[in-house]
Amino acid sequence: MPLITYRQALNDALAEELTRDENVIIMGEEVAQFNGAYKVTEGLLEKFGPKRIIDTPISEAGFIGIGIGASLLGVRPVMELMFWSFAYVAFDQMINNAANVRYMSGGLMHCPIVIRGPANGGTAVGATHSHTPENFIANTPGLKVVCPATAYDAKGLMKAAIRDNDPVYVMENTILYNEKWEVPEGDYVVPLGKADIKREGKDVSIIAHGRAVITALKAAEILKAEHGIDAEVVDLRSIRPLDEETILASVRKTHRAVLVEENKPFCGVDAQIAYMIQDKAFDDLDAPIRRVSALDAPQVYSMPLEKLQLPDAHRVIAAVKTIC
Amino acid sequence: MTKKASASSTAETAAKPASGLAHKDAPINAQLTREQRIDLFRQMVRIRRFEERTLRVYQQGKIGGFLHLYIGQESVAVGTVSLKGPHDHYITAYRDHGHGLAVGMSMNECMAELQGKYTGCSKGKGGSMHYFAPDKNFWGGHGIVGGQTPLGAGLAFGLKYKGLKGSCLCFLGDGAVNQGAFAEALNLASLWSLPVVFVIENNGYSMGTSLARSSAATPLAKRADGYAMDWEVLNGANIYEVRARTWEAMKRAHDSCRPSLLEMDTYRYRGHSMSDPEKYRDKAEVEEYKAKHDPLNLLRADLLADGTLDEATADKIDEAAKAEADASAKFADESPFPPAEEIFKDVYWETDNPDKRTSQGKLFFND
Repeated sequence: MPLITYRQALNDALAEELTRDENVIIMGEEVAQFNGAYKVTEGLLEKFGPKRIIDTPISEAGFIGIGIGASLLGVRPVMELMFWSFAYVAFDQMINNAANVRYMSGGLMHCPIVIRGPANGGTAVGATHSHTPENFIANTPGLKVVCPATAYDAKGLMKAAIRDNDPVYVMENTILYNEKWEVPEGDYVVPLGKADIKREGKDVSIIAHGRAVITALKAAEILKAEHGIDAEVVDLRSIRPLDEETILASVRKTHRAVLVEENKPFCGVDAQIAYMIQDKAFDDLDAPIRRVSALDAPQVYSMPLEKLQLPDAHRVIAAVKTIC
Repeated sequence: MTKKASASSTAETAAKPASGLAHKDAPINAQLTREQRIDLFRQMVRIRRFEERTLRVYQQGKIGGFLHLYIGQESVAVGTVSLKGPHDHYITAYRDHGHGLAVGMSMNECMAELQGKYTGCSKGKGGSMHYFAPDKNFWGGHGIVGGQTPLGAGLAFGLKYKGLKGSCLCFLGDGAVNQGAFAEALNLASLWSLPVVFVIENNGYSMGTSLARSSAATPLAKRADGYAMDWEVLNGANIYEVRARTWEAMKRAHDSCRPSLLEMDTYRYRGHSMSDPEKYRDKAEVEEYKAKHDPLNLLRADLLADGTLDEATADKIDEAAKAEADASAKFADESPFPPAEEIFKDVYWETDNPDKRTSQGKLFFND
């Protein structure tokens, strides 16, 4: 199987869906002539032309709203946010309009839009450019949100998102764009709402999403080699819908859970996961649930400090060691 | 590129003899049949009587939350919607009853929606501010000031993308012009040549703040100059003028795929919503408008003067509208509330179409 980057996997997903459905368009800042600020849309303008690959001015509320309006008439826009941090100036469109039009119309309308872009810290761009709003989005009924950690998942989830008839918000990661994984050629989808066991183990379940999955896998290798602890790594992949069954099955097997995310801790996604585990698998737990999150402060700029702020393998190992 | 058409003030129109409302002879109006002219009057009367009835229902405590009345502005919705072709679409803000009835929504479904009833246009899930009828090219009914303006540009984008000769009429109030989303929508609409007609219904007040206290420069439509967009100020109380000038903007959208910004001078007789004590304006101002600029009275007088209507017929239309409104209140009263399980319907397309679901996992988190 060929090794391709997370970026290429996304690019392939977009190109394949643009080919499959003429209603799919791409819109965003620098997506066309500049080939994408992070080159995710590289070559698409040349292949599909300016009618379908559309550069926008720096105007997120305006162009996201236009995408939502167009989706009501059956266009299937894939909107790029250069950073998910820029979503906040378009939140009225993304939350009030995209999430609510179906409900408020009693089901007369639907909004098949994808909004995608990177959502991560760790690149020394300061607090305004380092947000991870998957918890905000997951808090809004009517929206779906996914956080792929690998190239395989990025392609499969992106294709599923574009084919979905509800608004799906895809959170990528600039640090992963250059990482390579094995990805089969051709068409496949990863269904939204299906978690993936990235590593099997029996002693503890490390449950993560986004790049925290990669951190969890590193920690699991060290735990095995240096501490004799056999950790299972569960990748949520999709936050809403959520694969509760896979999470609970893993916890019932290992009886211990450590939750890892690059989101801030208060009301983060893992707060919901921890609640769910104690509620549904309380008797299966042999130890308290532990959480490892980004340190609870605005994202710091200084490079060595930001390394401390995001979860790393050592913090995950330390958390595991408190319950194993 | 931009064009400043003559801005006829409400005073100017009122000074004209009743038999000669301005723009009555414009081709789009001259071609109206007698029955069509009467129907313009009928639609305005229906909106007026419906809303007067909603006011009573509100006072009976049967309507939740807000009720923003359109009374005084009926000529704008009826005039613009009367121009609708198969690919002309409409979207507005929260003062949406007039547009809803004008596109053909029934009084019954509209009244029932206000009461949160299952027979309402949104099954009781939207309320006063959120009427929708996509089968009639009406896309709401949006509660956040200015939030509908990018959507209106987006509907126009969709028409253009699909190669349909049409337009989107996107209504907003004079308060909405100061929202950032509107400025973004104007720029994108002109930059991308979208077939959208933005219609500012300038009723003089953004909630309780007068135009003079909220906008630094007038006319509001002149902002279009900054976006190389055609604009015009017109008298929204004269339905003939509304139709004639809006038609020019719609033709610009249909034939040249260019946007326009129209500012229609109009007036709302009631407060912003039912909780508004209206301390920000004189009662005399309201009375002046009712006496001299009421869009229903202007058209009625015109139709009587030119022989289209006689008093008895006009009164009959009025009585019929009142009876229809009364019947809608009865219909709403007798309708059931939605069952509790409706809370979880219409949230996701997928959960409403379970046989076509492709995602897995849990979508609701109530346990």
